[in-house]
Amino acid sequence: MRLAAAAPLAAFCLPLAGCSGSVLDAQGPIGAANAKILLNALAIMLAIVVPTLVGTLVFAWWFRASNTRASYLPEFVYSGRIEIIVWAIPLLVILFLGGVIWIGSHQLDPFRPIAAQSKPTEVQVVSLDWKWLFIYPDHGVASVNALVVPAGTPVHFSLTSASVMNMFFVPQLGSMIATMNGMVTQLHLQADQPGEFYGQSAQYSGDGFSDMHFVLRAVPQDTFAQWVSTARQAGPALDRAGYSALSRQGRNVAPFTYRAVEPNLFDAVVTQQILPGPGPSAGRGGAGVHPRGGQ
Amino acid sequence: MLGKLTWQAIPWDQPIPLIAGSAVVLMVFAVVAWIIIAGHLPYLWREWITSVDHKRIGVMYVLLALVMLLRGFVDAIMMRSQQALAFHAPGYLPPEHYDQIFSAHGTIMIFFAAMPLMIGLMNFAVPLQLGVRDVAFPTLNATSFWLTATGALLVNISLVVGEFARTGWLVYPPLSELNYSPGVGVDYYVWALLISGIGTLMTGINFVTTILKIRAPGMSYMRMTMFCWTALAANLLIVAAFPILTATLAMLTLDRYAGFHFFTNEAGGNMMMFINLIWAWGHPEVYILVLPAFGIFSEVISTFSGKPLFGYRSMVAATLFICLVSFMVWLHHFFTMGAGADVNAFFGISTSIIAVGTGVKVYNWMFTMYGGRIRFATPMLWSVGFMVTFVIGGMTGVLLAVPPADFQLHNSLFLVAHFHNVIIGGVIFAGFAGLTYWFPKAFGFRLHEGWGKAAFWLSLIGFYVTFVPLYVAGLLGMTRRLQHYEVAAWRPWVLIAGLGIVVMICAAACQVAQLAVSIRRRDQLRDETGDPWDGRSLEWATASPPPAFNFAVLPQVYGEEPYWGIKRRAIETQQLSAEPQYEPIELPRNSPTGFITAFFCTITGFALIWHIWWMMALGLVAAYAVFVWFAWRDVEEYVVPAEEVARLDRERRRAREEWLAQHARVGATAAGATA
Repeated sequence: MRLAAAAPLAAFCLPLAGCSGSVLDAQGPIGAANAKILLNALAIMLAIVVPTLVGTLVFAWWFRASNTRASYLPEFVYSGRIEIIVWAIPLLVILFLGGVIWIGSHQLDPFRPIAAQSKPTEVQVVSLDWKWLFIYPDHGVASVNALVVPAGTPVHFSLTSASVMNMFFVPQLGSMIATMNGMVTQLHLQADQPGEFYGQSAQYSGDGFSDMHFVLRAVPQDTFAQWVSTARQAGPALDRAGYSALSRQGRNVAPFTYRAVEPNLFDAVVTQQILPGPGPSAGRGGAGVHPRGGQ
Repeated sequence: MLGKLTWQAIPWDQPIPLIAGSAVVLMVFAVVAWIIIAGHLPYLWREWITSVDHKRIGVMYVLLALVMLLRGFVDAIMMRSQQALAFHAPGYLPPEHYDQIFSAHGTIMIFFAAMPLMIGLMNFAVPLQLGVRDVAFPTLNATSFWLTATGALLVNISLVVGEFARTGWLVYPPLSELNYSPGVGVDYYVWALLISGIGTLMTGINFVTTILKIRAPGMSYMRMTMFCWTALAANLLIVAAFPILTATLAMLTLDRYAGFHFFTNEAGGNMMMFINLIWAWGHPEVYILVLPAFGIFSEVISTFSGKPLFGYRSMVAATLFICLVSFMVWLHHFFTMGAGADVNAFFGISTSIIAVGTGVKVYNWMFTMYGGRIRFATPMLWSVGFMVTFVIGGMTGVLLAVPPADFQLHNSLFLVAHFHNVIIGGVIFAGFAGLTYWFPKAFGFRLHEGWGKAAFWLSLIGFYVTFVPLYVAGLLGMTRRLQHYEVAAWRPWVLIAGLGIVVMICAAACQVAQLAVSIRRRDQLRDETGDPWDGRSLEWATASPPPAFNFAVLPQVYGEEPYWGIKRRAIETQQLSAEPQYEPIELPRNSPTGFITAFFCTITGFALIWHIWWMMALGLVAAYAVFVWFAWRDVEEYVVPAEEVARLDRERRRAREEWLAQHARVGATAAGATA
């Protein structure tokens, strides 16, 4: 589907693709498919954008008042043929692009599972102020600000928020998705090869937002099993009290793991059996004088 | 007694806002003191503050916009420099402060820079282009302006007293709810926008009424200028969209003040509703800004190409098409919130369909230039710069409308680069094009071309140096609103963007220099004829600056481009049309209603923010009383006697006769070509 106009585009994008961390340097099927659609859509549009830019500059330059060779056509104000063309070209391009959008949206819907032989690894994600909690329901462990998944197999994320909205995003693996209190969103990603990938929140969520990043480590299957068993042996257990402490606002939390997780903790957060995380105790001009202000 | 307001509200512990705030307060006091001591106050009060003349109100809108543009630009400089420093480091702005800066930057730039810039130019030019004496409701117009100024003032008070929102410019709940934002920042935001939003809504009603009901004799819809058409479309959008904003913010206010649960986490509130509603206003808002910009470029490109606008009817159709479709695309602002594939696909496609209307416009501008005789005065430079920049911004916009691409780029610096690309390249460039284009009409002298061109080139280069790196950083996964970061790959691009801001600072300095130099050399830059650019629409048919009544006799319109027709007839017959029968003209009396209402609304807003209930009641009652007092006025109008009208118009006719004589000598060939 690449068009001729893709050449300058490729020249621009190649150094980017080489740059690690770029969304064009995808390391999994979802990211790769997104990037492909991105580049295709860009190529389709460049096919008309480049001639338009060149035309604008050429017309503006050639018809400058000082150019005596240019003809002056003050009565040239309408042409049915040109009108048809200027409506038709954008319309046809958008029709084409509309097809790409329709198919792409359905194939790459974040809720749609990745076709694979193996059963996906389940991870429950809770965004807190301001750290990420990753619960592995099938393994009974959890981690904060560090995510370890097996490479080469799909991972199924169920996501919610303890307080305000955030967005779970690992640029090199693919689509981001919002986390919201009282709601669950779904996301399917896969890392093709072992590696370490930068992850972050892509939705501003308050003063500690800039520290809401983590490393996603994709590891071979046996290393993952090893990591789970190591995690089971050390660290605190995540129960309601522990969760309540974790949900208090805090910045720049170093990664750690929980050796055990209270069953159904994630569901309790989603159904608001556990109350949403508390906010700050005060802001400027907003101390506890207000009946509902503060904690 | 003073609600939540204590000495703690002033940020004694934060040197940067404290110093910046005191500097601004000192500057304001100095200016006010100078005005009073130099004895300018009575003149200002009589001629400007109480003025209900659409031209003066337009000028005040633009002035407000330029001051706020500068304030927003200072925020931008702080953000870029913070990010340039904050690699593996805290930088110089702590998050509590940085978060206020980007929230204030967005709020100020959209509501108090871009909006007043466009509304100001509409105020100035639309009644002139329609060939009428004023807008439908002149005093309401003044009130709209002063309420907008109230909003701007409240946002700027937050710099010194209390804090501004730390939530981003659209205050997404639940972050903006009382639990997570207990301070007064969000309250400053909601009250500033609720009050100025009323002003904007009244502007919308005023202009829709004016354009639909008040036009010069013979000025049918299809003879209106493109700017009047886009102004009509933009104001229809204001009337339809601003009530949504007001209602949405009112619900948030009820959540924060009265314990409601529209958007809270608890008790069945749903924050998704807020995000849908705010963008149901927010996307039409984009077109409220950019449609008048398209109108300005249409005027400028046609005038400086020496040709009528190509495909006028097609342009009208494209404008109304954009106006309609802009209400059906809002969900593209949150594809990543987890709507299903069908919904995402629908809104992705509807978004890219808007590009059809915009594409048609770009091609018609191209063909307006085709066969033209293009004079590259400053307004035309801004227009060509716009066409190139906006096409690129439109392309990245359509790219973001493709949901799978958006899944990778949403909320990244790519998005930031995209909307700055269209808002700076579209709205701000249009603002400067329109400013340079209509400045001689408003003040009787042109702006200095050399400084104007320098400002243009530096703005254009500065824009690309700032925002192309942000596109790249976005592709590298850098998200927006980061106070600090640790990813090395982003650093070089953030640094280049910082360099771009330095170029932009030079551009801003050129703009200031342009204004200063032009005022100093106003005698050399004087426009005697009222038609400095060889214009085509009716605003050029009157003197520069126009008299309070705009036209001595309302012009009779026989076709598109009425003034071009008048000029052509004058050149053909070698004489101006016969002197008309002058009659006395009735004009609305100046009124302090708008200013006093806004004064009390400022007090009400401030009182609501700080929970000072007695002051709020006082402000509300007083603001209402002003309206009652205005409604009971006895004398609504004053009369300009026929002799005065004749005197002013004969002066203009003398200048035009000189022009005609000169034109007959110098431009015989050019006139032949135009005829």
